[in-house]
Amino acid sequence: MSHVRSIPLLSKTLRSRFHRGARCWKLGQCRYQSSTSGAFQTRYDDDQDDVVSSFGQNGAFPNSIPEPNLDALPGPKTSMNLFTAINKTLDTALSTDPSAIVFGQDVAFGGVFRCTIGLREKYGAHRVFNTPLTEVGIAGMAIGYASTESTAIGEIQFADYIFPAFDQITNEMAKFRYRSGNQWNCGGCVLRMPCGAVGHGGHYHSQSPEGFLAGCHGIVVVMPRGPKSAKGLLLSSVRSKDPVIFLEPKSLYRAAIEDVPDAEYEIPLGKAEILHEGTDVTVVGWGAQLRTLAKACHIAQNKYGISTELIDLRTILPWDVQTIEKSVKKTGKLIISHEAPITCGFGAEVVATMQERCFLSLEAPIKRICGYDTPFPLVFEKHYLPDEYKNLEAILDVVEYSK
Amino acid sequence: ATLKVPMIFFCRNNGYAISTKTTDQYASDGIVCRSRGYGMAAIRVDGNDIFAVHSATKAAREYAIEHSEPVLIEAISYRQGHHSTSDDSYQYRSVDEVNNSENIHDPLRRFEKFLMKQHWMDENDISAVSNEERMSVLKAMERSEKRPQPKLETMFQDVYKEMPLNLMIQEEALQKHMKKYPEKY
Repeated sequence: MSHVRSIPLLSKTLRSRFHRGARCWKLGQCRYQSSTSGAFQTRYDDDQDDVVSSFGQNGAFPNSIPEPNLDALPGPKTSMNLFTAINKTLDTALSTDPSAIVFGQDVAFGGVFRCTIGLREKYGAHRVFNTPLTEVGIAGMAIGYASTESTAIGEIQFADYIFPAFDQITNEMAKFRYRSGNQWNCGGCVLRMPCGAVGHGGHYHSQSPEGFLAGCHGIVVVMPRGPKSAKGLLLSSVRSKDPVIFLEPKSLYRAAIEDVPDAEYEIPLGKAEILHEGTDVTVVGWGAQLRTLAKACHIAQNKYGISTELIDLRTILPWDVQTIEKSVKKTGKLIISHEAPITCGFGAEVVATMQERCFLSLEAPIKRICGYDTPFPLVFEKHYLPDEYKNLEAILDVVEYSK
Repeated sequence: ATLKVPMIFFCRNNGYAISTKTTDQYASDGIVCRSRGYGMAAIRVDGNDIFAVHSATKAAREYAIEHSEPVLIEAISYRQGHHSTSDDSYQYRSVDEVNNSENIHDPLRRFEKFLMKQHWMDENDISAVSNEERMSVLKAMERSEKRPQPKLETMFQDVYKEMPLNLMIQEEALQKHMKKYPEKY
C-alpha cells in the first residue's frame, strides 16, 4: 500500500513545520487513509487530551494579544452602559492615533445611539464628521482612507443597511491585501454598526448579518456581548492590521451595564471566551444572545443539575475552532444559538466543522436554536426569537439523547 | 432615460436626513441639477404650495407622455417634525427655525389663508374641518387598537408564494414548543 511508505515522510515534514505537530502526528494515534489521488485525509482518534492544534499556540488569530485579566488591571472601574463604553473607546482611539477619523450619518451631533457624543467637540470637525446618506460611500471611503495607512472608523446606522455596501466589503475590503500581493492593505478600517433585535425593530432595524459577512474572507467580524468586552474588542479592532466589521447589539446600548476598567486594554481577536466551565453540554453564542443562553444554562443547572459550558465566540470570522472543539471533546454535546435565521446562519458553519473534527466525541446530534427562515417579524418578535425556553429544551434534548 | 420611459421621479427635499442638513449631503444646487447628468428634463417647485405642485406635476406628466421621457421633479419642503419618535431634533436645530417654517411655509396654513382670502371658507369652517379630520383619525386609531392580533401562522406565510418545507418544519416545532410553555407566549 503506497500510503504506508509516505507516512514517515509526511510526519517528519509536518513535525518540522509546526511546533505542536509532534503530538498530533504520532503514528500510533492517527489513522491514515489515502484517496485515489494520493492525497492524505487524516482522521483523529477521540482523545480528550490531544486537542488538534497543529496551527499555532493558542489558535488566536495572528495580531494575537494575550487575554487581559480585567480584574487585575490597575486603576478604578466605572459603571457604564454599552454606548458609553463604545464612546470612551472611540475617544481613546482618536486620542492615541492622530490619523484616526470617525464618520458616518449623524455622528456629528452624537449619533442616533449616542456612541459618538462629545467627540466632534473634542477632536474637531475634520476628524469627526457627517457623511451623506450612502453606505457604499461610507464603506468605500473607509477602505480608501485606510489604504493610506490611516485609521478610518466608519459608522453604518443600522446593520440592516450594510447591504448596499456589500460590494465594497466583499470585492474591495476583503480582497485588498490579497489582490495586491500584500503590497497594500486597508487594515486600518473598522465599520461599526448596531445589530440585532430590539423589541420593535421589525424587518429593517433588527437584523444580524454576521452570517453573510462570514463569507467575506479577508475581513474580521466581531461582536461584543457587553460594555467590558466591547471596549477591549473595539480597541483591538481599531488597531488590527486587518479590516474589521464591528457589530454592536443595539438592545444592549442602554440595557447592559458593567463595571468597566478605566485602564486601556485590548481583547484578542479570533479568540472565544468561556464564560463558565461545565461538563455536560457546550453552549455557544455571541452578542446579546449570551444573556438568553445564560438564563437557559442557569435553569438547566438549578432545575435539572445539568452542567453547561457557556462560550462567547466574540469573533465570527476567523472563528476560534480550537476553543469550541476542546469543549465539545469534553462534553460531547453542542448547542449553537443565534438570532439570525437558521438556514445558512453562522451556526451551520460551527456544526459542519465540529462534526468533522469531533465526530467520535459527539454523544448527540448538534442542535441549532435560531431565528426562523423568515424576515424578522414585528408583531411576533417574541415568538421568533431563540429564547431561553427553546434553548433549555435543546439542552434537555441533547442530554436525554446521550443517555 | 436611455430606454425613454415616460416616468415621473418625484423627490421631496425636506432639508434633513435625521440630523444631517442638505449642506452635508451634496455640494450641488439641490437635486434638480442632477437631471442634466442623466439627460432628462426636470422641474424644481415650491413643495409647500399645493397649486404649484399640482401644476408642476401636471406639466411633467404631459411632457413625459409627449416625449416618452422621464422627468425629475424636486419639491422643496421642510421637515417640521422630528425624524421619528426616537429623535429630538432640537438637539441639532433651533426652535426658531422650526417655528419660522410653521408660520410662513406650512402648506396647510398657506392653503387655509388662500381659501379665506377667496371667501370660500372662514375660520369656523376651517376649524370644523380640522376637528372632523382629527376625530376621524383618532377613531381609526381606536378601531385599530381594538383589532385582534393576527394569527401566529401569518409569521411563516408569504415568505414565498408557497410555503417551503423548511418553514413547515419550523412552524411545527414552534407550535410544539408553545404547547409545552403556554404561559410564556
